[in-house]
Amino acid sequence: MAVQTLTRFDAYAAAPEKKYALYMMMLGFAALALGTFFGPLQAFNYGGLDLYPFLKPVFQNYYQGLTLHGVLNAIVFTQLFAQTIMVYLPARELGLRPNMKLAWLSFWMALGGLLIAAIPLLLNEASVLYTFYPPLKAHWAFYTGAAIFVLSSYVSIYLALDLWWRWRRANPGKITPLVTYMAVTFWLMWLLASLGLVVEVLFLIPWALGVLPGVDPLLTRTLFWYTGHPIVYFWLLPAYTLAYTTLPKLAGGKLVSDPLARLVFLLFLLFSVPVGFHHQFADPGIAPYWKFIHTVLTMMVAVPSLITAFTVAASLEVAGRANGGRGLLGWIAALPWSNPTVLAFLLGFLAFIPGGAGGIVNASFNLNQNVHNTVWIPGHFHLQVGTLVTMAAMGTAFWLIPHLTGKPLVARGLAVASQWLWFIGMFIMTFALHWMGFLYAIPRRSHIAASPLAMEAYKESAPWMVLNIVSGIILLVAAVLFFYVIFATALQSRREPSKVMAEVPFTEVISKPEGSGLVRLTERVGFWFGLAVLLVVLAYGPVLFELFTNMKPVPGMRLW
Amino acid sequence: MEHQEHVIERYERAWIFFGLAMITAFIILVGYLMLTMGNTNPVSVGRIDPTKVRTEGDFANPRVEQVGNEYVAYIQAFSFGYLPTEMRFKAGRRVTFYITSPDVQHGFQVENTNINVQVIPGEIAKVSYTFTRPGTYRIICNEYCGIGHASMLSQLIVEP
Repeated sequence: MAVQTLTRFDAYAAAPEKKYALYMMMLGFAALALGTFFGPLQAFNYGGLDLYPFLKPVFQNYYQGLTLHGVLNAIVFTQLFAQTIMVYLPARELGLRPNMKLAWLSFWMALGGLLIAAIPLLLNEASVLYTFYPPLKAHWAFYTGAAIFVLSSYVSIYLALDLWWRWRRANPGKITPLVTYMAVTFWLMWLLASLGLVVEVLFLIPWALGVLPGVDPLLTRTLFWYTGHPIVYFWLLPAYTLAYTTLPKLAGGKLVSDPLARLVFLLFLLFSVPVGFHHQFADPGIAPYWKFIHTVLTMMVAVPSLITAFTVAASLEVAGRANGGRGLLGWIAALPWSNPTVLAFLLGFLAFIPGGAGGIVNASFNLNQNVHNTVWIPGHFHLQVGTLVTMAAMGTAFWLIPHLTGKPLVARGLAVASQWLWFIGMFIMTFALHWMGFLYAIPRRSHIAASPLAMEAYKESAPWMVLNIVSGIILLVAAVLFFYVIFATALQSRREPSKVMAEVPFTEVISKPEGSGLVRLTERVGFWFGLAVLLVVLAYGPVLFELFTNMKPVPGMRLW
Repeated sequence: MEHQEHVIERYERAWIFFGLAMITAFIILVGYLMLTMGNTNPVSVGRIDPTKVRTEGDFANPRVEQVGNEYVAYIQAFSFGYLPTEMRFKAGRRVTFYITSPDVQHGFQVENTNINVQVIPGEIAKVSYTFTRPGTYRIICNEYCGIGHASMLSQLIVEP
């Protein structure tokens, strides 16, 4: 086909939701680009190399960089990617257009909130890290901007549910298509999970404005972790959705089981939220038996991930064999490793295996004592969110940007290289962090490179520190390659009509939903949501009631 | 495809059974260790007004006390250090730490032990431990508490 250049108008005329999805995703990647820039600086710090003095006067200190890294990568980028995928994919699957006015409202709320929060962040007025943790007190604009940003996801919740309701009215009695089912359970989980952060911010804003004299640190901690653990499933489930519904097709195969995929998302709806006390095992003020209950519930959340490991691996095996792979492991070699999207997912899931095992350690009431707040923890979550979630997003961008814009992917070889380097860099870094935390109790979120006292204290871990420097350099190169590829792709003027018309690569399934008793049960979403609420009330209610009725407010402080 | 589907379903069932069995075993182990090996997770023994920590009550006078054959330590974790600055214990005797903060959150982790406390202003944390090996143990603040956080280190000495 001859290459033809289309005008911008033509590319989006038939599908304005494509423009929405593109803007949402590119805003997310822009946030990630800035946040990721601080990642290598963190890695160098844990290698004893302090580059922050060279960033003055633009950036004041390590903790400002760490706050930007955490907030932009783990809140802003992840949420914007979810708002892209979990609205655009169900809309395409159902063949319905989302309410475009509200879709753009969610985009402008996200951007507005981000800008409001960015000012105090960039002025070093809000270096309270990703967790906030009062009584460290940031500028009120930081909490306000963050609140507006998070509330924009509530518009996305409505967008997805509205698509589903419209489809159900037109198709009474039919089984919800798979991607839509995933989106509905995902957004309902987030509706329940985000309440903790919303309530926390209701305390923090008036406190930062001086209306409230103090806030209770234990209560706000508990509210934060009420959202702060389920938020990891909020990051993870868009990656799972893509792994279930597009990866098998891109790899040349089929999804093994539709009913089991639904069960996985249902289990996440039920067990994602009542697990936050496992972040508070080391806290006084919460009775041990509550912590044990949350240990049990956290272990339960491992089950849907274990099922996912099987289903995704089996679907990839189907793909490998369809591509001509033979023997016990020959199908692995037959997978399309040269496809940057498939490569990103394969490597991401490889990192997820040790990441998941480490997660079970952290969730274990007594093992956690050895690693709580050491660098083991960032080692652990960089395998999950830094590797699987981010690589799923990066890999998806390689087909989604051409799909949305009609612009072909530039520098495919660099795209492949960026994913290998990202994987290798993350693997080296997280390996080093795990051991530094476990063996030498090196604390997380600590500017050790600027402290001679700390460097002297942790000098035994010098070999691991070298690995951090190496990984920081590798990851920096990977990030530069990746952002070059996607921004060069999105900003080029060439458009191909065939790309504009391309469908979303939704996969076929082997075990279909029709006639499955399990699927009929999972369709009762209202009932399961009610059960999820009940589980949260039972697992959190008594503790929160006691905390709310015995508040001990503490005045705020700025110590950075 | 029909045959393939049956094979996959058989393995699928086996895998789910294995996963559930593994998780159940972990839960039983965690519960068993919690009940038998002594719970070293910190507990709360009351609340305190952090603005009065430095002036009133036990924490205004941070110290180690010998009570019979055991020790009791009252510790302030503040930005950016710990009081008392020197603590000495005899190996093999039980030590009970009471820890609180007059300002923001801190960590109190003693390396190579199970002592790892989230120090929260307003809460008095209690944790007990028996040091068996003599030596010098580092105390590390592992919760971000401000610009001097990385240098918030101390040590305690266990004598033979």
